[in-house]
Amino acid sequence: MTSAPKRILMAKTGLDGHWRGPTIVARALRDAGFEVIMVGMVTADEVVRAAIDEDVDLVGLNIGGHVEVAERAIAAIRAARPEVPIFCGGVVPPWAKKRLEEKGVEVFPPGSQLPEIVEAARRLTGWQAA
Amino acid sequence: MSTGTPLHVLFDRARGGERGALARLLSVAEAGGEDAAALDSLCAASAAPRARTIGITGAPGAGKSTLTAALLGCARRESQPVAVLAIDPSSPLTGGAILGDRVRMHHAAVDEGVFIRSLASRGQQGGLAQATSLGARVLEACGWPWILLETVGIGQVEVEISGRADLVVVVLNPGWGDEIQANKAGLMEVADIFVINKADRDGVAQTRRDIEGAIAARPGGAEIPVIETVATRGEGVEGVWAAIAARHAALEASGLLATRRRGRIAAELESAVMSALRRRVAVLLAGDAGLRERARIEAGASGIHEGARALLDAIVRD
Repeated sequence: MTSAPKRILMAKTGLDGHWRGPTIVARALRDAGFEVIMVGMVTADEVVRAAIDEDVDLVGLNIGGHVEVAERAIAAIRAARPEVPIFCGGVVPPWAKKRLEEKGVEVFPPGSQLPEIVEAARRLTGWQAA
Repeated sequence: MSTGTPLHVLFDRARGGERGALARLLSVAEAGGEDAAALDSLCAASAAPRARTIGITGAPGAGKSTLTAALLGCARRESQPVAVLAIDPSSPLTGGAILGDRVRMHHAAVDEGVFIRSLASRGQQGGLAQATSLGARVLEACGWPWILLETVGIGQVEVEISGRADLVVVVLNPGWGDEIQANKAGLMEVADIFVINKADRDGVAQTRRDIEGAIAARPGGAEIPVIETVATRGEGVEGVWAAIAARHAALEASGLLATRRRGRIAAELESAVMSALRRRVAVLLAGDAGLRERARIEAGASGIHEGARALLDAIVRD
């Protein structure tokens, strides 16, 4: 018997309305056997609440617009659930990528391939579907 | 939350109002096995006041999540704490799932008086997840007085919810089916309240006639409310919330609620026995005894039924 699927929260910070990227990533993660909880475009408080109540094993943030908004969400998640890994996608400029990576957040800028992201989810959760 | 924390400690923390502990317990319920069984015993011994469990079901896209989100608002306006178990389907092929119900509820999700948990069906048929019943018992033990169970979008016969909730709200839309559909068995028979959501669309009157025609012959059918809503705009949802409270009180007063809850014990007991049995059978089939019987059947030394009987005997003797 295989262990229960790991749960990944997918949230979007910032106000640009592009929902396409996270949706495609969510599908790829689902097809790899993960349970992906979508919360849409939310505030830092809402991401944190979902990360707690849903008892997720990994948080994926889609960054739209200001990186600072995502950083606030990351800080809030770290405060509430320090053991949960975080990865990011979306429009992340190179300077911001470096800054996020220094905080231990993996970054997948535009052009990243879905298999890379799925592989990162497997590595960060230590889980792979049978 | 460390996974190494003993279950009874987590349980006490969850009962003390720690959300992270409650969330962890719901994961224990989902994982099943020995820990889930121990958790179930803790819940049984907790002597918590009974929660009112309300099932919300209907076809995919009928507006179950949006209605649920609106009902959260109604409960909160009365300062009633309310928890939601929102179930979405797991892929039968990969086991993965996209759980999207929270998207429509996140405005309510930072309220301390609201707890929303998304569950994947994980192979369970009937519109619910295996962990639904235990999840609801955990929430009840932690003092949540209202529990909304939102099912997977269902067809006509996935009515598992009727055995798991105190009462069932069925969400339909204008233009749904016709009189023939309305008279088919299943979904229409388990509703305590009908909601015609998206009632700003054409065909409301016809759908109402179809529903009312179908339930007229049911015992107590005339008392079943049929309520029109536009849940995205909050129209009519206060009426649904009032009907839920009124119907629940009526069920309790008539003794029907107690009957249903007794039925729930029987159904959940059967389901627990069956799933334990399924696990035993899987182990047996994959082991020596299974191989032996398969080989005998293949060699023509035994029939399928004879082999099955031999394996069943092995379980009973065990």
